[in-house]
Amino acid sequence: MSGGLYDMSVKSFDRTLDLTRIKAYGDTMNDGKVQLSFTLPVKDDEKGMEAARQLARKMGLEEPNVAGAVKLDESFTFYVVYGSCIHTVDYEHIEVKTVESSVMSMEEVNAYIRSHFGRKLVFVGASTGTDAHTVGIDAIMNRKGFAGHYGLERYEMIEAYNLGAQVENEDFLKKAVELNADVLLVSQTVTQKDVHIQNMTELIELMEAEGLRSRFVVICGGARITHELAKELGFDAGFGPRKFAEDVASFAVEEMTRRGLDR
Amino acid sequence: MASKLNLDQNKVDRARAAARTVALDTQAFIDRHTTVTVERAVCRLLLIDGVNEVGVPLPNVVVDHLLEKGLLPYGAAYALGNAMAETGMTPQQIAEAVDRGELDLSKIAPHTEAEIRTAIDPTAKATAERIRRNVAQRDAYLAEYGDKEGPYLYVIVATGNIYEDIVQAKAAARQGADVIAVIRTTGQSLLDYVPYGATTEGFGGTYATQENFRLMRAALDEVGAEEHRYIRLCNYCSGLCMPEIAAMGALERLDVMLNDALYGILFRDINMQRTLIDQSFSRRINAFAGVIINTGEDNYLTTADAVEEAHTVLASQFLNEQFALCAGLPEEQQGLGHAFEIDPARENGFLYELAQAQMAREIFPKAPLKYMPPTKFMTGNIFRGHVQDALFNMVTILTGQKIHLLGMMTEAIHTPFMSDRALSIENARYVFNTMKDLGEEMSFKPDGIMAHRADEVLTKAADLLDKILRDGLFATLERGTFADIKRMRDGGKGLSGVVLRAEGYYNPFLTLLSGGEK
Repeated sequence: MSGGLYDMSVKSFDRTLDLTRIKAYGDTMNDGKVQLSFTLPVKDDEKGMEAARQLARKMGLEEPNVAGAVKLDESFTFYVVYGSCIHTVDYEHIEVKTVESSVMSMEEVNAYIRSHFGRKLVFVGASTGTDAHTVGIDAIMNRKGFAGHYGLERYEMIEAYNLGAQVENEDFLKKAVELNADVLLVSQTVTQKDVHIQNMTELIELMEAEGLRSRFVVICGGARITHELAKELGFDAGFGPRKFAEDVASFAVEEMTRRGLDR
Repeated sequence: MASKLNLDQNKVDRARAAARTVALDTQAFIDRHTTVTVERAVCRLLLIDGVNEVGVPLPNVVVDHLLEKGLLPYGAAYALGNAMAETGMTPQQIAEAVDRGELDLSKIAPHTEAEIRTAIDPTAKATAERIRRNVAQRDAYLAEYGDKEGPYLYVIVATGNIYEDIVQAKAAARQGADVIAVIRTTGQSLLDYVPYGATTEGFGGTYATQENFRLMRAALDEVGAEEHRYIRLCNYCSGLCMPEIAAMGALERLDVMLNDALYGILFRDINMQRTLIDQSFSRRINAFAGVIINTGEDNYLTTADAVEEAHTVLASQFLNEQFALCAGLPEEQQGLGHAFEIDPARENGFLYELAQAQMAREIFPKAPLKYMPPTKFMTGNIFRGHVQDALFNMVTILTGQKIHLLGMMTEAIHTPFMSDRALSIENARYVFNTMKDLGEEMSFKPDGIMAHRADEVLTKAADLLDKILRDGLFATLERGTFADIKRMRDGGKGLSGVVLRAEGYYNPFLTLLSGGEK
């Protein structure tokens, strides 16, 4: 059913790169090739494969090729599909909200805090609400850090408190006040049914109700968190995957300066 | 079995002896106390069930009443037995009367110990008999279908809706899964009650309730009959209601339970006194019900480094083993946990994984070890993730791990799709089949990297256990020895539910559910 090892089709499309109309890339510019896989709640037979092809066409794939069909259960079949996606994207005019701060190294952050604040800054972090996962907050805060990036506990000029998981927003705020925190870090790993949005919104509302919002730099993070979402919910910044302690620390200290909280 | 790693048996013995003494010292503390959930478990074993009109479970109604009236130190069975002797009502009728405010258990004149036992023991014995019948039923299935040789394929379902979970679980069983774990909703571990009835909501899973247990058990028995295999059911006997969940599982024939002596203390900040008391009674119930427990050492490595902290996993396995033995749970039911969590970028990391897994196999030869897949270094690159899982599968088949928790290439992205599970099962079956006897064919260099690694981990674990023995378990937990997490003796959740037993405390299940009577 596949086209064989060599692609013999005539490539009639324009092969010059146009950044206002980029397409997915397989092995030739503008071929639009994508791979995808999905399960349909149907029997594994010819009719099911046709259903997979039709769905692919509706997703904008030309010449969809059902490369694999695997029976998962009597009435569930898994398909691997390839095709040429007709859609294009104007890359030139994309604007993305990302955290705008230069990223300093651990030593640079320490030096920055020394010169701008002349005291240790207090970071308090937790995985809040019902979220039981500490993996995110640990990656940022634990001394050892993650993937070779040291955590905040190792920063000489930062006093880091990791409150762990399942910390209620009320308790989190109470502790932040008690520890005289400068920066609050909120980690959210479980995002099923948008539970994280509800929980993060609640924290900000609680802070505003108690008149505490301006007192802290508030940052959230997690695998499904984007900076845009964070800003929307009233946080100062949001960090997704592939961000480390130095990203968070750099933003936090510069944000404090921006707010005139330095000496 | 000759050691492939040249393990020093003297060090193994030293570590085990230290853990034994630590467990026995702690058991003396445990035996002087009870907790609200231990007594609620007693209520459940006396078949008190249901919720009142505002949704409070009746076991909570009874135990809260006893706590308020100062009767809890005598045990729920004492107060219920006394009321039964006086009124002739069943425990359920008594619970309902207490809930309606018609009965004050502190106002009933005390009957003699003999009268109380005569009133309550038949009910308790009937429960023990029901659990025994569940064990016999499981044994009958296993005799009819035969049990699986080699690793059990363990998968999770986590849709947050028990009915959707059933669809997924049946599909997974047909694809070859041997153990189905129904993930609980995040946060249940911190509820000081067990929700009631079938549930269709939750985050990252749905509630562990007795009705959900029953529904899933029936579904797996059904698919097991079609497939001619016994499909084991797993849930979470952890958090603030460990013994109650054990009781529910025993009544509904669960086969596997996550049940760690220290996990709740470290990872859920549950008070250490509370957890240690709770784990003991929960394990007594699990032991009697033939449930394989899974311990949670793998979690240490999601927080701490898998190379540097490997010895804390081993030390904790020794402690879990000894706590389990103190509760009457035999080695054959101890699914001690560990994990494949070394950074893939580490040179020779696979050799370390293999050495550590082989070491666990040799040190706990009878235990159905639970081996956990990579999670910490799963990145969202599903293609690399599938390779990591294949390497993990190799370690299991080479070292004879028993409960093999399948890795999902979509780990860190979402709870598994039906297709993720199928691909994962296919991966494991391929590796297990093509390498079936490779472990038998292999020996390791006596003075090689792996032998050295195992000795290093064992030596550090034995030294750590010696230190725990000197300092005491409570002080050790206060110092942050496990998973880099510090917990205070009087900190954490649930301490207010810990009660010193009074003279005359009665819990018929402590003796009824001892393995010896089986």
